[in-house]
This record gives sequence, C-alpha cells and structure tokens, in this order.
Amino acid sequence: MTSAAFLGLAHVLRRLGAGTLAFITRLGFATRFALAVIRNSPAAVRRIHLTLRELYFAGVLSLIIILVSGLFVGMVLALQGYDVLIRYGADESLGILVALSLVRELGPVVAGLLFASRAGSAITAEIGLMKATEQLSAMEMMAVDPMARVVAPRFWGGLIAMPLLAALFSTLGIFGAYLVGVKLIGIDAGAFWGNMQAGVDFRFDVLNGIIKSFVFGTAVSVIAVFEGYVAKPTAEGVSSATTKTVVVSSLTILALDFVLTVFMFRGLGV
Amino acid sequence: MNRSTIDLWVGIFVTIGIGAVIFLALKVGNLNSVSSSPGYRLQADFENIGGLKLRAPVKAAGVTVGRVEAIKLDSKTYQALVTMKVDNGYQFTADTIASILTSGLLGEVYVGLDVGGDTKMLADGGRIGKTQSAVVLEKLIGQFMFSKAAEGTK
Repeated sequence: MTSAAFLGLAHVLRRLGAGTLAFITRLGFATRFALAVIRNSPAAVRRIHLTLRELYFAGVLSLIIILVSGLFVGMVLALQGYDVLIRYGADESLGILVALSLVRELGPVVAGLLFASRAGSAITAEIGLMKATEQLSAMEMMAVDPMARVVAPRFWGGLIAMPLLAALFSTLGIFGAYLVGVKLIGIDAGAFWGNMQAGVDFRFDVLNGIIKSFVFGTAVSVIAVFEGYVAKPTAEGVSSATTKTVVVSSLTILALDFVLTVFMFRGLGV
Repeated sequence: MNRSTIDLWVGIFVTIGIGAVIFLALKVGNLNSVSSSPGYRLQADFENIGGLKLRAPVKAAGVTVGRVEAIKLDSKTYQALVTMKVDNGYQFTADTIASILTSGLLGEVYVGLDVGGDTKMLADGGRIGKTQSAVVLEKLIGQFMFSKAAEGTK
C-alpha cells in the first residue's frame, strides 16, 4: 500500500472515530438535558399559564392539519381497503380494518410526524431564535432560569398535546372511513360499527395506541427543545436546528414505533 | 393574544381531545363488552381446534356470550384444552355441546355452544363433556378423494 493511500485511509478512520465520539457525547448531553427539563418541570406547573400558552401553540394551532389529515387518511383507507376486501366478499370487515390500522399504528405515527413538523419545528425555531438574539442570556442575567421559564413549559405543552392530537386523528380517520364506507359505498352501518367493536379491544388496541402517542410526544418534545437550546446562535444555525428537529424526530418516531409494536403486539397470537 | 382567549382555546382543545379518547374507548373499542366484564370459566377438550385463536368469541345461538381465554395441549391425552370465559349473565346446561365453527368460508373461527335438556347447570371451572372438533378442510378433501378413488376401483 502506498503511503498516500494509507494516509487517506487513516484520515477516513479518524473522521469516523471523531464523528462517533461527537454523536455519543451529544447523546449524553441530550440525556442530561432531558433530566434537567424534568427537574425543572415543577416550574411549568407553578406557572401554569406559560404551559397553557405552549399547549395553545403546540396543540390548538396543530388542530387543523391533524383533523384534515386524519379525515383524508381515513377516507383513503376506506376506499383502498374496500377495493381489496370486496374481492373476498369481506367488505363488512372494513370497519375493523380501518379502526385497527388507525388506532394501533397510523394515528400515533402520522399524528407524531405531523406534530414534529408542525409544532416541533416551531418550538426549535423559537428557542433557537431566542438564543440567537441573546434573550436566554438576558434571562440568566436577571436570575431567571431559561430551563424553567422557556424550556419546561414548551416540553410539557408538547407532551400533553400529542396524545390528544393522536386520538383526534384516529377519531376523524374513523369518521372519514364511515363517510366513504357507509355513506358513499353503502356498507351496512350496523356491520361497520359491529365488526369494529367486536374486533377492537380497549386495552390491547386503544390503550396501547395512547401509550405510543405519549412516548412519541415525549420524544418529539425533548428533541425539539434540545435542538433549539443547542442551536448555533446564527441564522444558519437556527435553520439547520429546525431541519434537524424534523429529521431526527421523524426517524425516532419510526424506530420507537417498531420497538413498541414488538413489545405490545407480540404475544397476541395474531 | 390575551390570556383568557388562550385559556378558552386550550379548554376547547383538551375537551374535544378527551372526547376523542372516550369515543375510541366506547364506540370503537367497546369497553363495556363481554371481554372486560366479570365472568366464569368453562373448559372443553377438543381433538383439533383448527384455527381457533385467543380472544375468539364464544357464541350460543349466534350471540356472543364470552371469549376464549387460554388454549393448551393436554400432555396426557394429547387433546387441546380450551378455557373460555363466559359472561355471568348466561348459564349453560351440563350436557351442552361445544363445537368449533367458522363463520363463512374465510370468516373468524369461534366456539359454538349448543344447549341440551339437562336441568343441572355448569358452574365456574366446569368441563364441557361433549365436543365437536374443527373441520379441517384438507382432511375433508383427502377423504373425498379417497372415497372417489375407491368408487373408481369397483
């Protein structure tokens, strides 16, 4: 091997090592940051109006996109599901097909992805911009802890908003499937709801879906406030932090979804 | 935006969110169904359970009266031991026949209970003596082909 090729290889290895170390350090810092957020959570309860304000920004302002997406996802599921089910003469199972897909998977996951891009990116941009304009430093100067005043309310606002948004997404999706399946195609309404109720178990399906959305809400909120807090205090830094929030939370949601599904729906005999 | 407007909107949001959870629980998940209500257990041995699964419905005259709770293989008799949880509101006679049936050709597999004329009723943990196994389609086709072949040689 020539010395130039050897040096090139050494350079690649060094870059790889440095990248890995930087990633692990960042992960460690993120964990410490998450613990600090939880330690500062009593402040979010004490000044409840701050948390309510964040709940408004994360939850109420995400309502339109969540409701409309849920409705359309449900309607498309009903059309596609009907197309396949009618081949086996099982079109009455449309209700349970749509309900299980929404409640178990699509509700928490799609609502989580939309929440990350709608609310998560906004949280990151806001905190990043506060940092860039030195508002966070100014707070520290006035002996106001930005963790308690800025970060914790945003974290809890996102955490509370997410399960509610996921439940609304599933509900609107089922309503959309009802519109298409029963009102448009003409499946018997009794069979639609009856099959759904016979096949969807509260504990196994609905409750596990809610647990999923809680986990996703926690993950997205932590990632959003963390990326904002560690963003480079420049215009570029804020924009790259916002992008990172969306990419990292989306990947985290999908990975966590796989892990949670393995744990929740493994021993069911299905 | 002033504080009371925000409070109002957050209140609306939380209310309809909780409403959605209740809708999922009651209308979609049917929380107050047979599966979660208190019941008593019945057992039955089957030669072959076919495609019976956990949480499959137990029906009498087409009405769901319970769910399959456990399926085990009896290591002595090599028969399947099926434990069913039946709603407290329903009583079955001691000579009830349990059979494994399928609703439609591709439908779900369930346990059907046919009530006899006995005056004694099955209690908690009671065992259903008379059972009828699942019809395994492959065996049926095999028998049909053998009988056809036997006809051909005559």
